[in-house]
Amino acid sequence: MSPTVRLQEMIRVIRSARTQGEERGVIQRECAAIRAQFRQADNGGRSHNLAKLLYVHMLGYPAHFGQMECVRLIASPRYNEKRVGYLGAMMLLDENQDASLLITNSIKNDLAHSSQYVQSLALCTLACMGSAEMCRDLAPEIDRLLRASSSYIKKKATLCAVHIVRKVPELGELFTPAARALLAEKNHGVLHGAIILITELCERNTQTLVQFREAVPELVHIMRGLVTSGYSPEHTVAGISDPFLQVRILRLLRILGRNNDTASDAMNDLLAQVATNTDSSKTAGSAVLYETVLTVMDIKSESGLRVLAVNILGRFLLNNDRNIRYISMTSLQKIVMTDHNAVQRHRGTIVDCLKDQDASVKRRALELSLALVSAINIRSMMKELLLFLSTCPPELKSHAASGIFNAAERYAPSQRWHIDTILHVLTTAGGDVRDETVPNLIQLITNTSQLHCYTVHKLYRALVADISQQPLVQVACWCIGEYGDSLLRGECEETEPVQVTEDDILDALETVLQSHMSSPATRGFALTATMKLSTRITENVDRIRSIVSIYGSCIDVELQQRAVEYNALFKKYDHMRAAVLEKMPVMDRSSSGQTNGESGGGGVQELEPTKPKQPEVVVAPQPASQVCDLLDLLSGPDEPSLPGTTLGPASSMTGSAGGDLLDLLGGLELTPTLPTVPAAVTVYEKSGVCLKLSCERPLDASQTITLTATNASDHDITAFTLQAAVPKNVQLQMKAPSGDALPARSSASVTQTVLLHNPNKVSLKMRVRLSYISQGSTVQDTVQIDSFPSPGL
Amino acid sequence: MIKAILIFNNHGKPRLIRFYQYFAEELQQQIIRETFHLVSKRDDNVCNFLEGGSLIGGSDYKLIYRHYATLYFVFCVDSSESELGILDLIQVFVETLDKCFENVCELDLIFHMDKVHYILQEVVMGGMVLETNMNEIVAQVELQNRMEKSEGGLSAAPARAVSAVKNMNLPEIPRNINIGDINIKVPSLSPF
Repeated sequence: MSPTVRLQEMIRVIRSARTQGEERGVIQRECAAIRAQFRQADNGGRSHNLAKLLYVHMLGYPAHFGQMECVRLIASPRYNEKRVGYLGAMMLLDENQDASLLITNSIKNDLAHSSQYVQSLALCTLACMGSAEMCRDLAPEIDRLLRASSSYIKKKATLCAVHIVRKVPELGELFTPAARALLAEKNHGVLHGAIILITELCERNTQTLVQFREAVPELVHIMRGLVTSGYSPEHTVAGISDPFLQVRILRLLRILGRNNDTASDAMNDLLAQVATNTDSSKTAGSAVLYETVLTVMDIKSESGLRVLAVNILGRFLLNNDRNIRYISMTSLQKIVMTDHNAVQRHRGTIVDCLKDQDASVKRRALELSLALVSAINIRSMMKELLLFLSTCPPELKSHAASGIFNAAERYAPSQRWHIDTILHVLTTAGGDVRDETVPNLIQLITNTSQLHCYTVHKLYRALVADISQQPLVQVACWCIGEYGDSLLRGECEETEPVQVTEDDILDALETVLQSHMSSPATRGFALTATMKLSTRITENVDRIRSIVSIYGSCIDVELQQRAVEYNALFKKYDHMRAAVLEKMPVMDRSSSGQTNGESGGGGVQELEPTKPKQPEVVVAPQPASQVCDLLDLLSGPDEPSLPGTTLGPASSMTGSAGGDLLDLLGGLELTPTLPTVPAAVTVYEKSGVCLKLSCERPLDASQTITLTATNASDHDITAFTLQAAVPKNVQLQMKAPSGDALPARSSASVTQTVLLHNPNKVSLKMRVRLSYISQGSTVQDTVQIDSFPSPGL
Repeated sequence: MIKAILIFNNHGKPRLIRFYQYFAEELQQQIIRETFHLVSKRDDNVCNFLEGGSLIGGSDYKLIYRHYATLYFVFCVDSSESELGILDLIQVFVETLDKCFENVCELDLIFHMDKVHYILQEVVMGGMVLETNMNEIVAQVELQNRMEKSEGGLSAAPARAVSAVKNMNLPEIPRNINIGDINIKVPSLSPF
């Protein structure tokens, strides 16, 4: 195609292409021709070529090779070429490209051009894609144009100044005096731009804000002029005189009047006048009215005015026009925090809007309803919200679900209601709830011990009905595992009990295990639950054994690990099985929240003996849908004197335990239990090294422990260090040891004092790691201390 | 601030795209597709505001659109713009296009994409509303076009001739000439 072929011709050819492939071919040929043309010397058709390139760019094809051409065209003296060049710069260049720097000089020259249209092109381009350096360079030019030029240029210069202030906030001070002077302009376009500039300046800098408060009377005057003026053919839209300008001024007044009595007083009359006189039958009037309402609610207005404003919003809410209803809900959202009661009056209408067909209106209504939930109306609101959840569009489901959970948590009138609500949400929108819902719910269930029976019955029913909703299935499996005995007992006060046999329960769990709909985490839950049932049920233990052994060769590594370890429990440690699988203790709320978040990073770190606050090891394992170590399953037994179950405290949640800690927490290491004797107790004795522990000052929450180390062997020991880890919520402070050398044959000892602070009175355990050098080799060892000789346990 | 202005037809083909914030090319096309997808699902009697686009960024942005025959005009704005005001602005823009192109239709937008850009530049600049008075906008556009044509070389010649005739100002012929008591009515000639 020849270069002078116009844009239209090319478009016609592209449109006549019948397939996407044909179109691509045409465009590629065209682009090749254009590229060739760009490389040649100046020819008459440069602007046409660039225009063609821009069209092709709009369709989505690469056009970056046109960037330099834009630069060349901008520098051309002809207006045609400049115009296209600037357009190309705005479409193809941005501040990240190097080529954009090259146009700075052209822009500078054009800003001083004799023709105002060339000036306007330069201003437009600067406002669209000016980088911070360009803005800094050209700011004085813009300031000059703001003061002395035609109103056409002034209005463009003000918007350019706004862009500059956004890019380089410090230049705001440069423009402040010019902006102030512009308020005296008569031209609405310039005034509009000036208000935008002042708004931007005030939002960025509080001193400027204070300065412009003095301009409030002037603004009020302009506004009054607009409101009371008669028909002016230029600016009137649907009977309102320049609604765009009115809206801008109202917004600026809002910013100026916020938190300031004098400014607010100056505006009160005006706002009352606008609110009563504006005709809201058309969009323009409504725009002005609702801006007025927002301003009234935001500044320190008199109460009569506020009442008027809320009534206007209420009227909007009942309007037939959906746009107006949407806008009124947006405004109500903004004021619901400050004027809660006023908005509560309209709760009925808002809840009705939940049933509107329009998705945007529904979304607004949902946000507003969630904000309006309070202790008084929780039951009725929840009914509506649950109804909404079952019919809402999918993009709103997860937001609605989490909103419902929050509301239920804050205002639940009773535990049972709370659990019912959560179960309802899980059954209707189970796939869309967030991950932490499962542990939160489980924790809630454990805490309401009187409802265990009720809960497990309901969950069992839900599980049998539908196993596709993963969070629900996870919670159900966990509960069945924990409270399966109440399920089997078949009696329940709160609800119709389900008559099940052990086989039924195991069938249900096996279905979950085998179903392709179950996620790996869910399978993990189900397997653990099956295992737990082995202590709750009496007859089908063999069935459980067979299930567990099947999964010993499962492909999923997590399941396989669990199954193998459960198998081991059956075979070698059968005597411990009952204790290991007994009921979980009530969980502490804070610990469940924290483990999920911080354990990944913080929980497991290098232990240093001199650090005052040591990272702690979690004791109470949390059920979670994450990868769990074996040690997670084992609840730290509450009774410290239980013999034999000195399996170490669980590792942190994510199982991504740092290497060191995993070493500390070896497998099923059995260490001898300690008699609870208040004297110095030997906690460790190996290869001659002996570590004794004694407690002093056994106060309730804090105690001091002294660890004494002696060396009975024949060789000296050097670099002897102790490191300690304690359960969560216990604070540990290790003082400096007395030394680090243990001479042979117990001639001297090393003592180290440890301060423990246990505010929550959790069961106190400590794991101590010793490391020393003996005969040239480094030795490391660990000891678990489960019971401390202290009455405060 | 207006983040983007998109005009596309009922099948999603873009007729004008203008971004006031930098997005890479593929992202721009993705945004167009996503916006079309969201907007085309809407009925005709629902409200003109849409939220929930994820690509164009953030919770603060909404899409305000109007559907005229075969074209969707979509403005993507943040909370600093008045939503009803933008609706009116779209109307002003369309009426301006109508005036500049004389009964504008989709083909006009297709074949004169650059002119539409120039008109848009008079309405919105750098993401901010510049001028809302339709007559002012049209007047400025006319002046600029005139300037372009006055420079134009060969390619502008036929267009120049036509516009020269159109713009020819015929002297006003008085219809009623009052000379004392005699009223001579001159027959009205049709304008050129």
